[in-house]
Amino acid sequence: MRQRTDVDMRERGVRRRDAIGAIVLTSRQRSGLALASIVGLLSLWWILTATGLMNTVLLPSPVDVVKSLAQASLDGSLARNVAVSLLRVVEGFVIALVLAVPMGILMGSSAVARGLVEPVIELLRPIPPIAVIPLVILWFGIDELSKVVVIAYGAFFPILINTTAGFEEVDRTHVRAAQTLGAQRLHIFRDVILRSAFPFIVVGARLGMSMAFIVLVAAELIASSAGLGYLINDARYNFRTDQIFLGIACIGVLGFLLNKGLVEIESRLLKWKQTTH
Amino acid sequence: MSEAPKDRPQIHIDGLGVRYGEFVALSGISLDVVEGEFVCLIGPSGCGKTTLLNAIAGFVAATEGVLKVDDRPVSGPGPDRGMVFQEYGLFPWFTVKQNVQYGPRLKGVRGAALRALSDRYLGLVQLRDFGDRYPNQLSGGMRQRVAIARALANQPSILLLDEPFGALDAMTRDLLQDELVKIWEAERRTCVFVTHSIAEAVYLADRIVVMGTRPGQIRDVIRNAMPRPRDRASDKFFDVYRAADGVLRNVISQAALHEAEN
Repeated sequence: MRQRTDVDMRERGVRRRDAIGAIVLTSRQRSGLALASIVGLLSLWWILTATGLMNTVLLPSPVDVVKSLAQASLDGSLARNVAVSLLRVVEGFVIALVLAVPMGILMGSSAVARGLVEPVIELLRPIPPIAVIPLVILWFGIDELSKVVVIAYGAFFPILINTTAGFEEVDRTHVRAAQTLGAQRLHIFRDVILRSAFPFIVVGARLGMSMAFIVLVAAELIASSAGLGYLINDARYNFRTDQIFLGIACIGVLGFLLNKGLVEIESRLLKWKQTTH
Repeated sequence: MSEAPKDRPQIHIDGLGVRYGEFVALSGISLDVVEGEFVCLIGPSGCGKTTLLNAIAGFVAATEGVLKVDDRPVSGPGPDRGMVFQEYGLFPWFTVKQNVQYGPRLKGVRGAALRALSDRYLGLVQLRDFGDRYPNQLSGGMRQRVAIARALANQPSILLLDEPFGALDAMTRDLLQDELVKIWEAERRTCVFVTHSIAEAVYLADRIVVMGTRPGQIRDVIRNAMPRPRDRASDKFFDVYRAADGVLRNVISQAALHEAEN
């Protein structure tokens, strides 16, 4: 009997369906829908402001937001604020990474270290990092240092917890296979245990970066003299909702790009996980 | 150094017992395996065939009796005893070539010699063109061929195989059995092979060790002198099959009786 292929089905006008019976769209159909939804939202926004249905002081028109984007780009203030925010988030993230990964490795490989540190971690973990911002400002001042500290604090926990969890996923068969090939303890640690934990460390880093970004914006909203959070807060004092929208949009784009970059790094580092033939 | 006698027992097991607390996994196991011999361990689940293999590998410590490999008591795993596992034995983060080169690299082999080794053993299992793939990109049968190549490339004196073809479909299984026999004839390593398929044991083994449960013990050892390659449809094959099957049925019905009593 001949197998029915996708081509056959398309020729006969049969639509592909997924496991629960919903129609599967082609990638072109999906991009078409995505475009329609975004254009629809922008049009709705424009209609609401252009017709005067909404007060443009509270909801600026898209045209005004584009104008303020042009202005902030030309006078260099946008680039400056983006650079300040980006530097803070990267500094805090790198500090968290440098502290959390070795500590996670130590906790993962030593029951004593884990027994000592874990209760403290479990105590601090449920506290949203944003709650410690005022304290950090008192301790480290209102300058750069306090922002970097609070961002590092926020990013620290996801990285630490995932790194530690990675050590629980080591497959005993892999350890045994290495032993029968002549591996000693140090080889097993380097070639099996660290390698098994690595995907978890990478996921932890990505979650840590998301947290770093959230904490960054919060810290800048509370107290700062530069950065995207400052841009938004400053615009609020001046009743410039167009600039607030601009700031929010920039944070969205920056967050999207940072995440996209990390996903890209992740898929390169973990090429071996892909199962495609 | 004088030449070793041909029938020198390479694995010497005498009165071996393994217990975990109260539970007796193996009791009174005595078995000698000579150099270059192919031995299959077969029995119902719970008979301790994998425990016996793990004891030879050095993963499980004997609680009584003697277990020697090449005249030395087994005290832990080592590169003289290569192993092929049922599943997940390959390192998924290494390419096929890196997997095969892993053991020799630990011994300090580098450069052209290392490449020659992986080429040779990947060639032996007909996967020379797949060296740069990752294990996740291969089928189950291909993965087990890589695992065999990896174990052999490390030049062990004994090859231990723990139901290596158990997860494969019947046709791939027959194919890999053929390949394993060819490799074994070319390399002549001592092989201890755990299986729960009588046909697999009859096809592969010089001796079939039938094990029973409660406690895990050896019930019978069946010699199989059929010349290779063996014909799976020949009368002689069925004779050996029936002999093994008879012992195994006995073992299984006794085990079932035990279950019913308890």
